[in-house]
Amino acid sequence: MPDPAGLELIAHELRERHPESIADTLYYRGIATLVVEPDHVLEVLSWLRDDPQQQYGFLASMHACDYLPHEPRFGLHYELLNMSRVERIHVKALLADPGEPELPEIDSCVSLFPGAGFQEREAFDMFGIVFRGHPDLRRILMPEEYEGWPQRRDFPLGGEPVLFTHNEHQMPRWYE
Amino acid sequence: MSEREPVGSVREMAMGVTVDAAAEAGLSPPDVEDGREEAVLTINFGPHHPATHGVLRLLVELEGEVVHDVKPYVGYVHTGIEKNCEDKSYWKVIPLVERMDYLSYYFNALAYCMSVERLLDEEVPARAQYLRVIHCELNRIHSHLVWLGTSALDLGAISILWYCFRERDKVLDLFEASSGQRMHTRYVQVGGVVEDIPANWARKVLAFTEDMVERVGQYEAILDRNEIFLQRTKGVGIVPPERLLELGVTGPLLRAAGNPWDLRKADPYSSYDHFEFKIPIGTVGDCYDRYRVRVAEIRESCAIIRQAVEGLPEGPWITDNRKVALPPRHELATSMEALIHHFKLVTEGFRVPPGEAYAPIESPRGELGCFVVADGSAKPVRVHMRDPSFVNLQSLREMCVGGYIADMIVSLAMLDPILGGIDR
Repeated sequence: MPDPAGLELIAHELRERHPESIADTLYYRGIATLVVEPDHVLEVLSWLRDDPQQQYGFLASMHACDYLPHEPRFGLHYELLNMSRVERIHVKALLADPGEPELPEIDSCVSLFPGAGFQEREAFDMFGIVFRGHPDLRRILMPEEYEGWPQRRDFPLGGEPVLFTHNEHQMPRWYE
Repeated sequence: MSEREPVGSVREMAMGVTVDAAAEAGLSPPDVEDGREEAVLTINFGPHHPATHGVLRLLVELEGEVVHDVKPYVGYVHTGIEKNCEDKSYWKVIPLVERMDYLSYYFNALAYCMSVERLLDEEVPARAQYLRVIHCELNRIHSHLVWLGTSALDLGAISILWYCFRERDKVLDLFEASSGQRMHTRYVQVGGVVEDIPANWARKVLAFTEDMVERVGQYEAILDRNEIFLQRTKGVGIVPPERLLELGVTGPLLRAAGNPWDLRKADPYSSYDHFEFKIPIGTVGDCYDRYRVRVAEIRESCAIIRQAVEGLPEGPWITDNRKVALPPRHELATSMEALIHHFKLVTEGFRVPPGEAYAPIESPRGELGCFVVADGSAKPVRVHMRDPSFVNLQSLREMCVGGYIADMIVSLAMLDPILGGIDR
């Protein structure tokens, strides 16, 4: 992990190269977080990957999160790793919800890290986040004809009611 | 009799895939123009096939016996564990995450607990760290034994399965003695482990590790001179290490390709830096190297367990922070405070200050990371497992394309995917 000073240096260099790319920096419990503007996420990731001083060449994980009462609502997390220095940096992009029926969009990082392919599909499947430029953006865990985004916080946990003899008449056409 | 018209040709129906389905899935349609439409065949491999190690479906495009393209389809055992975790208090999430990758339950629980401990800024006592290491390494042996038995079974070697499961049963007996359960033990808790080990358990573990080293030699004697096994694994499924890193592959697959990346050494957690052990690596990166690396890892795990049991420090096995861990049973009869803490923990659970943390550990299949978001309440906002099987599965295509379909079985077996972990 870069220390707080190192994190500020990284943020400073990024701000010089790409003004308006870094929204914030966080250092919490030993985890260094760069909060980036979603439109600049590819520039930041590719600089962190390719700059000879940084070389965070391994994308350990890419996942999404829904912070529902808060705005912007969706968070995308990129856990980058420098394998020779064993340093991790956490890049986070916050996406606003454009409201139904539109879906939030962000650039896909598959061109930089091919290993993110499945994980971006999972984020699309569970949260309905569209990755521009993803070669094969389909649902991955849910059935392909499924409607809804199950891991959004406003998606109900329950799901289908269980069929018993006492409630079968309340379920229209249960026999189909 | 059905009145519907048959959709594809008889042959396509027999295979369960129509040309339309293949085209929808993005596979190239059979090449009709040069009269080779007989040659390219699209088949479903799985989801119900014993060699898929679960319910994995592969849409395979074949030309004769040569694999043209492979597309994995997952999600058949998706149970929404991550969603369910958001409705459970922190300590009740542990049994749920254990059921993700059902062969490495100690690792799942450990990754989750380490992530929550990081958010709580909670120190884990030394004895608990050692006990976690002992159980995780036993779990690694168990996981590798199941992998070895089933993978050799895919290659037609049946007897090795019974030998591996005989030893696996001994590991499960040890788990049962220390925690009361054989699988999904809920032994790792936030702040430590649930209970101290019973009397005599350490002696049993030491006896097991001595026995296990000998057994590994016997497995190697069965497989290493078996001409069929050697011919089917050597030179099969080679992917260069740089490409594996691009695809996010970690664990024995990466180490077999010659990259000694192991989080236990690189970024030691839970006192792994107290033990001496080696990281086995391969040179060629084929399926044979993957087999050798995992078998060598069983030996190293035995060495770690022996050191941890012999150097097991005295002291508490769970943190004494009463806001996080349950008070000992005997205190409840005499202490009002303990009773209040017990009541609060059992009814509401502990609260975690707002924040987010990612804790990676080295599971038998690679980097297992747990991402937890807390909002200050007693339930997590988000629990995400970066499961190594899920990411590693993407490299299957590069291992198989251009090889024979029989080699695909070997590559898949040596990839060691656990579908419970992939689908969650």
